[in-house]
Amino acid sequence: MALKIIASMCSGCSACEPECPNVAIREKGGTFVIDPKKCTECEGQFDSPQCIAVCPVDGCIKKV
Amino acid sequence: MSTNTTFVSLSGLKKGRQAVSEVIELEGGCSTSGGSGKSSCGSSAGPEDMPPEIWEKIKNHPCYSEEAHHHFARMHVAVAPACNIQCNYCNRKYDCSNESRPGVVSQKLTPDQAVKKVLAVASEIPQMTVLGIAGPGDSLANPKKTFDTMRQLAETAPDIKLCISTNGLALPDLVDEICKYNIDHVTITINMVDPAVGEKIYPWIFYNHKRYTGYEAAKILHERQMLGLEMLTARGVLTKINSVLIPGINDEHLIEVNREVKKRGAFLHNIMPLISEPEHGTVFGLTGQRGPTAQELKAVQDACMGGANLMRHCRQCRADAVGLLGEDRSEEFTLDKIEAMDIHYDLDKRRAYQEKVEQERQAQHQAKVDALSAAFDEQLAGVDADMKVLVAVATEGHGKVNQHFGHATEFQIYEVGQGQALFVGHRRVDLYCQGGYGEDEQLPSIVNAINDCHAVLVSKIGACPRDELKAAGIEPVDEYAHEFIEKAALNWFADYRQRIASGQVVHVPRGDARIRQGAYTAEAA
Repeated sequence: MALKIIASMCSGCSACEPECPNVAIREKGGTFVIDPKKCTECEGQFDSPQCIAVCPVDGCIKKV
Repeated sequence: MSTNTTFVSLSGLKKGRQAVSEVIELEGGCSTSGGSGKSSCGSSAGPEDMPPEIWEKIKNHPCYSEEAHHHFARMHVAVAPACNIQCNYCNRKYDCSNESRPGVVSQKLTPDQAVKKVLAVASEIPQMTVLGIAGPGDSLANPKKTFDTMRQLAETAPDIKLCISTNGLALPDLVDEICKYNIDHVTITINMVDPAVGEKIYPWIFYNHKRYTGYEAAKILHERQMLGLEMLTARGVLTKINSVLIPGINDEHLIEVNREVKKRGAFLHNIMPLISEPEHGTVFGLTGQRGPTAQELKAVQDACMGGANLMRHCRQCRADAVGLLGEDRSEEFTLDKIEAMDIHYDLDKRRAYQEKVEQERQAQHQAKVDALSAAFDEQLAGVDADMKVLVAVATEGHGKVNQHFGHATEFQIYEVGQGQALFVGHRRVDLYCQGGYGEDEQLPSIVNAINDCHAVLVSKIGACPRDELKAAGIEPVDEYAHEFIEKAALNWFADYRQRIASGQVVHVPRGDARIRQGAYTAEAA
């Protein structure tokens, strides 16, 4: 259970990084990546995954 | 017309701020146009309804004062790329098209890089008095990066004025922090005070860990904006409002926005045209939502006169702009170039330079008042006393008609009537003259940009553009070269009225003009 940022769609705006309750998101070469080991899809933490809710690019963050 | 204006001498100015405030109080800033007693330049030199303590805060601020922008420089640092709302006029994938040049991602800086850049620029450009964080993104959606930058600057460069730009959503939670770092200018972008209008502009917001859409999203945003504005006013923080004019969506509504923000203490309102070229990929760009014409923009700005003071000289700069408003020197201060620079930040040297600039500016202001007091305009039989026309002016600064037509990258627009010449805006154009030769294909675009003007005042103009302007019904005028703009405009207008009275010319109303799309990216000459 984890989410993935599609690097080609990521604008590198950094909005997702501070919103992640699991500190699973970090910058990598100008775009952002999610550590699948840390990602919980915000289950039990928030109504919806925080990174998807704040991301300005529709479809940039997907379930893997 | 006021001819016995009291002015503090240059030696008096050295006595400091008190003296300058007295000048403003006595002179009412720039009521230099005589007759009407109206300020000739909006926010430019301290209008009657602006208290001296506010004027003191903004007089060296190029973004708030039309006059100051020729003397003082500003810079933006792009440390805040994240945003907590989505606007239909913004495409986050390509940077914010209304704040920065579309299609070119600004070089994003860490707070440490930003501080180094500010010190490098301030050492190189002593006129640099203002540092702003205006995105791309929302400065307060990136509080850590924004405040880390501001904290370091407040310590290392205490003479630089700090300001931020925000959509207001996170503002109420961060007002304490804003006051802590001595940020004394905040700009809030407010496009509506009615969520029913707002839901056409904002598809969603991210608030309290949740994405809100539609009316509910706009309502939350509106309430947070109003609360934030009230909190800033209560703390004495100067707050400017930016509004994007979107024809058919909030054009009429902005008059109400102006009323509401004035009521809550906003000191300046900047109504900007929507930028919506399809290639920017914004929702409005893709749905064909057009931006306003020059006259549509002016009509809304005029309708707001008497409300919050209007700002008319905004050039919609890039979020990483550097230098005087008419130039962009950001290319000189890229990361690699800053790394190689030997930075000497000398506070005393900067202060001495700025004091000299301020003295020159006051001397110039007085010269303008003196020049204007000599201009007079008589009533003419057969000429409409209420007639007002627009004139375009080519200027390199110093308040004078001092630019060659072919060298202008923008024209200042003045509305002239009997006894008054008011700055009402500017129009950007492509340079006509490149490498000494006129670019004929540029001329139609220049005519489009100033098509609502009756005359264009220049220091010089070639025979070819002269004839084409005439053919388009715009009178090229070089008789008033190197005179103060208001005086030149009034003299031309008096002459124009004479010619109407004598039957030499027939007064014909002009049409509309096109606003050039895109953020201001002019490079230093």
